[in-house]
Amino acid sequence: MADGIKDKVAIIGMGCTRFGERWDKSAQNLMVEAYTEAMEDAGIEKKDLDAAWSGTCYEEVCVGKSAIPLAVTLKLPFIPATRVENFCATGSEALRGACYAVASGAYDVCLALGVEKLKDTGYGGLPQTDTQVGTSLRFAFPNYTPPGMFAMMGTRYFAQYGLSPQEGKRVLAHITVKSHHNGAMNPKAHLRREVTIDEVVNAPIVAWPLGLFDCCGVSDGAAAAIVTRAELAKKFRPDPVYVKALQIAASSGEEMMCTDWDYAHVESTVRNAKRAYGEAGIKNPREELSMMEVHDCFSITELTIYEDLGISPRGKAKEDIEAGFYDLDGKIPCQPDGGLKCFGHPIGASGLRMMYEMYKQLQGKAGPRQIKDPKLGLTHNMGGIPPLNVVSICIAGLQ
Amino acid sequence: MVGITSYGAYVPLYRINRMAIYSALGWLNPASLLPGEKAVANWDEDSLTMAVAAAADCLTGIDRDKVNGLFFGTTTTPYKERQNATMITTALDLPPNIRTSDFTTSVKAGTGALVSAYDAVTSGSAESVLVCAADCRLGKPGGYYEEMFGDGAAALLVGKEGVIASVEGTHSVSYDFADTWRADTDTYNRYWEDRWIRDEGYSRFIAEAVSGLMSKCNLQPKDIAKVAYPCQYVRAHADIGKKLGFEPTQIQDHMFGAIGHTGTAYPLQVLVAALEDAKPGDRIIVASHGNGSDALLLQVTPEIEKKRQRLGIKGHLASKKDLASYEKYATFREVLDIDTGGRGEEVAATQMSILWRDRRMILGLCGCKCGACGTPQFPPQEICANPKCGAIGKMEVYRFSDKKAHLFTYTGDVLAFSPSPPAVYGTVDFEGGGRWLFDVTDCELESLEVGMPVEMSLRRKYHDAQRGVHVYFWKATPVRA
Repeated sequence: MADGIKDKVAIIGMGCTRFGERWDKSAQNLMVEAYTEAMEDAGIEKKDLDAAWSGTCYEEVCVGKSAIPLAVTLKLPFIPATRVENFCATGSEALRGACYAVASGAYDVCLALGVEKLKDTGYGGLPQTDTQVGTSLRFAFPNYTPPGMFAMMGTRYFAQYGLSPQEGKRVLAHITVKSHHNGAMNPKAHLRREVTIDEVVNAPIVAWPLGLFDCCGVSDGAAAAIVTRAELAKKFRPDPVYVKALQIAASSGEEMMCTDWDYAHVESTVRNAKRAYGEAGIKNPREELSMMEVHDCFSITELTIYEDLGISPRGKAKEDIEAGFYDLDGKIPCQPDGGLKCFGHPIGASGLRMMYEMYKQLQGKAGPRQIKDPKLGLTHNMGGIPPLNVVSICIAGLQ
Repeated sequence: MVGITSYGAYVPLYRINRMAIYSALGWLNPASLLPGEKAVANWDEDSLTMAVAAAADCLTGIDRDKVNGLFFGTTTTPYKERQNATMITTALDLPPNIRTSDFTTSVKAGTGALVSAYDAVTSGSAESVLVCAADCRLGKPGGYYEEMFGDGAAALLVGKEGVIASVEGTHSVSYDFADTWRADTDTYNRYWEDRWIRDEGYSRFIAEAVSGLMSKCNLQPKDIAKVAYPCQYVRAHADIGKKLGFEPTQIQDHMFGAIGHTGTAYPLQVLVAALEDAKPGDRIIVASHGNGSDALLLQVTPEIEKKRQRLGIKGHLASKKDLASYEKYATFREVLDIDTGGRGEEVAATQMSILWRDRRMILGLCGCKCGACGTPQFPPQEICANPKCGAIGKMEVYRFSDKKAHLFTYTGDVLAFSPSPPAVYGTVDFEGGGRWLFDVTDCELESLEVGMPVEMSLRRKYHDAQRGVHVYFWKATPVRA
């Protein structure tokens, strides 16, 4: 394996808007909000930026194609700007572009910004775009929504590990209750209300077996990061956060077309975790990681991520969940900011929002939800559906 | 010897008791109550999908490459221009060197297609012609015809090899008798007075065609084992046979109280039911009604014993689910213009060039099988998806539509738009290999289980009314048996 980018890149500034139903804000307003916070946090000026990456998934209901909306909205002075898209992993893809660019030595300081304006469709859930799987495959795809595609993982997981739907839903409810508890402490979160196990399991079904509280918020929002080469980082601030690993894996098609994959885990996460741990030099993630922000688009997704990241044993996440292992005061707190579940999920911004929380936690600036003395944080950002996806994993630390 | 070499039928899963229709709208027309129930196509079915289902039933155990003609009789074509018969051949994955025609604008078009298939094979211009008939007609809400019309299909293969019932003669009469009609812009059938239709239509034309046929063939009613014909008036049905000199036991059941008047398919469905009980040597007469009548005389051969393995009429009649609600029926048939919400309104444009390029994949459910490792896969790939293989350019076409399968996992989605929520879909694993995601239809979410057997059924995927496009794809259904 090539060397990777461990300790070659540092994050020196981050910004994140409040996520939610921002009826009075356009995508452009949200971009400015996140950008302004990130620039002030880094203490730099526009002229310091060498290049920019813009992440948006549903450009048709958001800002439009290309990086031009970013450049024009921020009035960037003719610098290189690129738009990236990788479904829900779009924000991580923007960060990856910026990180790899400074790691290569091509630039000193780069901006990564992700934005999504989802609440302009006129209905709940993600925008209905039946050609997002391609104009040909569209004819062969069911009339699906993301909750349904992940619900099938619940159906399969329960069947494979002998959980009745009632038992399975209660396990999943623990995950939701935990994230609501954390999100309630986060002033930027979309959903800020604690919920009980009974409320969660008795909520209306969205896609069997997933109910309303098993699904994350669909939100407007933006998040941004300023990155630089590691050796320059301390010039900007005393407490930069260093990138230890930044890996991405895409499905090969075997999950969807061959009959071996069990639909009770995400293969890209398994493969990508190995690569990311290798890059970061992590031998035992269960012992070495301090905290995580993972792609909890649905409760079942978070459960399988615990196993796919090699933290909980296969089929046994239930035990860790019920023991509070992933709670804010647990061994590896997961979703300290409320996660996609409660912070919200403006697609293009989410990967950067995850890193925003790890960054603030590492710097000890997470307020009432601050985790004690964290060393290493992991973000896991997934785009697509369990059989066809991209998974981005980033590991970051203070030293 | 030229005749029928195989038969099949299709009756949709759902039935509605006529009392349910009457309970909803009988107040408009208190005299309209008719007995029994009728078959109702699911919201994602139409004449084309039902014809494909009946044809697949008929093609059980038949080499599809040997079929070189397909005639489709229907008065409810999804398309007025774009040949429906050709779409059926693609859906059935029949070879392209095939002759196709739509027979339409009269409910005798089913027997018309059958007579023409017989003529084509007799003349030698075709070896084996598949005749499909299907209809899905609409009566206006609150009227008799809404209760009368049922949905269904039948299919007969006509050829020279393996004849199960030889055609011994035909006789046709044609009259411009407008008992019911639909102008080019009409959605619903119109009709003249029922007493006139019964006495001057059914009673005269069927009798004229059948007696004309018997006289041509020098046969008496006692020489006939079964006479099969439609009638939407239950008592008149018996009288027609009686006046022709047939005993009640010689008259094939009309099934009006179980299925309803299925248009072009009706006489052929009654014929299929007769064939299911026929013995070698039996003579069967089938006659249609609609702007006249076509009658055919068939003689059953011992080969029929080899062609019993199919659902046919009996199997489909036994497999049913009560729709219970008139409102659901009216929604399925688009009689009610329901609120689909914003999500249901958004339909992307349909590219005809893609439907052409990928026709075997989309309409025919053909994937590929790797010549190197033997792994079947859908949709068609150039590079083998098996991670242990990865061979390039070794693929052969592989048909999934007739393969057994099971449900690997599933969900019922309330967020996705469906006229029959929840939208049920799942991951389907095919016996012998291959996996894909499919909508699951004709089922209740609660009845599904991981691992249950399913089969594939062509269904309407969407109707883009704004651009005039009906798009079809395959869905999984619980196995009907």
